[in-house]
Amino acid sequence: MAERVERPVLDVSHLPTVAFGTRSLTWWGVMGMMAIEGTVFVLMIASYFYLHSRNSEWPPHRNPPDLLWGTVNLIVFLVSVIPNEWYRRRARKGDLRAVRIGLVLLSLFGIGNVVIRYFELWHLNTDWSIDAYGSAVWTLMGLHVLHLVTDLVDTIVLTVLFFTSLVEGKRFQDAEENAAYWYFVVAFWVPIYLVIYWAPRWLHA
Amino acid sequence: MITTTAIESTAELTDQERLQAARLESVWREPRGWGWFKAVHHTTIGKRYAVTAFVFFGLAGLLAGGMRLQLAFPEAHILSNDLYNQFFTMHGSTMMFLFAVPMMFEALSVYLVPLMVGTRNIAFPRLNAYSYYLYLFGGLMFYVAFLCNTGADRGWFSYVPLAGPDYGPGKRPDFWAQLITFTEVSGLAVAVEIVVTVFKLRAPGMSLNRIPIFVWGQVVTAFMVIFSLPGVVLSSTMLLLDRTCNTQFFNPAVGGDVLLFQHLFWWFGHPEVYIIFIPGTAVISTIVTTFSRRHVFGYLVLVLSLVATGFMAFGLWVHHMFATGIPQIAESYFTAASMMIAIPTGAQIFCWIATLATGKVVLKTPMWWAIGFFFVFIMGGMTGIFVASVPVDLQVHDTYFVVAHFHYVLIGGAVFPLFGAIAYWFPKVTGRMMSEKLGQATFWLFFIGFNITFFPMHLVGLRGMPRRVYTYPANMGWTTLNQIESLGYVLLFIAVCLLLVNVSRSLRHGAPAGSNPWKAGTLEWATMSPPPHYNFLHLPTVNGREALWDAAPNQPVVVGLDEDVRSFLMTRSLDAEPDTRDEFPRPTIWPFLAAVATSIAFIASIFTPWGITLGAIPVAITMIGWFWPDRQPAEHRRTREIWQSE
Repeated sequence: MAERVERPVLDVSHLPTVAFGTRSLTWWGVMGMMAIEGTVFVLMIASYFYLHSRNSEWPPHRNPPDLLWGTVNLIVFLVSVIPNEWYRRRARKGDLRAVRIGLVLLSLFGIGNVVIRYFELWHLNTDWSIDAYGSAVWTLMGLHVLHLVTDLVDTIVLTVLFFTSLVEGKRFQDAEENAAYWYFVVAFWVPIYLVIYWAPRWLHA
Repeated sequence: MITTTAIESTAELTDQERLQAARLESVWREPRGWGWFKAVHHTTIGKRYAVTAFVFFGLAGLLAGGMRLQLAFPEAHILSNDLYNQFFTMHGSTMMFLFAVPMMFEALSVYLVPLMVGTRNIAFPRLNAYSYYLYLFGGLMFYVAFLCNTGADRGWFSYVPLAGPDYGPGKRPDFWAQLITFTEVSGLAVAVEIVVTVFKLRAPGMSLNRIPIFVWGQVVTAFMVIFSLPGVVLSSTMLLLDRTCNTQFFNPAVGGDVLLFQHLFWWFGHPEVYIIFIPGTAVISTIVTTFSRRHVFGYLVLVLSLVATGFMAFGLWVHHMFATGIPQIAESYFTAASMMIAIPTGAQIFCWIATLATGKVVLKTPMWWAIGFFFVFIMGGMTGIFVASVPVDLQVHDTYFVVAHFHYVLIGGAVFPLFGAIAYWFPKVTGRMMSEKLGQATFWLFFIGFNITFFPMHLVGLRGMPRRVYTYPANMGWTTLNQIESLGYVLLFIAVCLLLVNVSRSLRHGAPAGSNPWKAGTLEWATMSPPPHYNFLHLPTVNGREALWDAAPNQPVVVGLDEDVRSFLMTRSLDAEPDTRDEFPRPTIWPFLAAVATSIAFIASIFTPWGITLGAIPVAITMIGWFWPDRQPAEHRRTREIWQSE
């Protein structure tokens, strides 16, 4: 039997319990989800171009999607980045008022994006069941809608939570990471917008 | 040398330590009775994964028995052609999606990784529970469908157009597609948990170059899961959409393409093979180290080989499609890439040989399985080099030669290491030793039975017997070889029964194991067997690659974590310096409810697209319930918060 020895200790009681970015566990979880979902987006975009390579005409026998609503949504997405970054930074300081305002603003932006998205869907000029082109456009769009709606629901729940007495450091971490996830939704709209709206125009020429 | 063990054996606890243990136990205890559905500790969930995956292994093995019986005689009609189609599809799908990945990756990593890195639970424990229930419900759905004569019957990869709306009537391929959805969500969840656990929850001092090889293997696997599973997410979703929503992805009449399915499927399917055997090689590295009584030879080479295999796995998928008429230049590239994968695997094998050659080898059951692994896996690798070459592949494609090849690789790469792992970690999980005598008998029966079953498949394949045929005429010259194979199956069957007998007897009558029966070096052996729900009484620090072998006599322990909540320590990703503290959530019913809601949505979507749209509402409600904080703990945390300084 080994003898008992006095052992030195590593005291960690002074370490912070509220930290942000790479120092927060949930931040890593969110990054993991982004890696997975980002790969899905990339593979779906690759599938779009694979199907294009199998077709002589793209889009087949019809007009590409109308530019207006998609472009409006792109602009709204890009503008939303400003309040998003503002409340993300304030969350790291524990600024309750700023985070409340930011979350309300972002909820409104999200609702705006969803409403515009509804009009976008009416102007895709194709149906998913006509041909593979239509299926690819709708699936790509559907994937982005899924992320947009999920993030919107998340944001609204978090907003409600921030107006209760349950606010603590962890919730500011949530707010910061919610903003990070919104960046993901915005960032992937740029290539998807280019693929859905511009690829048919450029590839046609 | 192993001071930690001595301090933690119950007999030697001081009064103060006993008090501390009682406190930790009351905080970390898993709920009983109906609380079964609330459990969140990684050892609980890990055990459930292991038992469930083993049950599916048994079911798939019985299906194999049905096929071997049918093929033992030419022109037999024991199984109808339709039932035979379901048998081999259920067998393959079960082995790949319900046994191999959930066992080699989910079960082993969920149970062992948090212990090996020296923390108290896995990252995101509620997600972990959710992932298990989804896996369980997916498997149940698949088998209920099978019992209702709706078993998947288009092969484990369910190619279109055979599985598409035109040639796959009924709901059989839809159940297959949703099985994929269930298992992929659970696999992806565990992958994120493992990456985060390994990057953030390691014991202080366990810098990247001290992470146990087993943990490296699981984290490489986790990354492969994250980047490969999206391929099958898309292909199975497209299949389901084509079948239920009239999309046209795979309909060549209107611009669709059936090869898109194969590309997406094998983007996942090839890394999948490595997802199954990288954990296996990681088990082998662990067993070889422990039973050679020395640090593993070429740690860096082993780690880099694992990482290199992980990367290369994504550049090989087209070698499953050589027979589809893709451009020759692509074939040449994929042949070269497929051969290149032999390099890191070879490097690993040489490291193991060097470790064994320079160590003092102890021949216990786990070590026998490692030796069996060498033989079988290298055999499979050799025929792998054959089929990586296009002309050979075209010749033997879809014959029993390929069946022999992948059973050598997969049983060699996963089942042999798994049975080794069972013998090795059973004492840790249950606190009791398994019988050596029965263990070695199991090994020899299985090893011999395996070769009798699968070696003749090479020959019968070279003689032209195709896969997936339910019978064959008597004059083909295949009968004797098939009968030998079926005989081998009987040995395999007895071997697995013997293993079960050994497990059930050892559970009751096995000799007490103590904390470290093999005198191994990794951290899971530093705590009691079975580990308490708080894992370690004293959270360890680490001084070398084999934490216990390299520990200083006065190796420091971590103090200063709150003991009235489930608190844990986070360390920095590279050098594992202590960084921040956080709190794990308590047991809760929400992940179970969320899994039920998700399962309803998935299963309903087989029958109507509304299943997903309407089904998303209860999913959202349960997820919000899961997320919504409890008042008391929140207030408690708020009073003790320390914010990071910017």
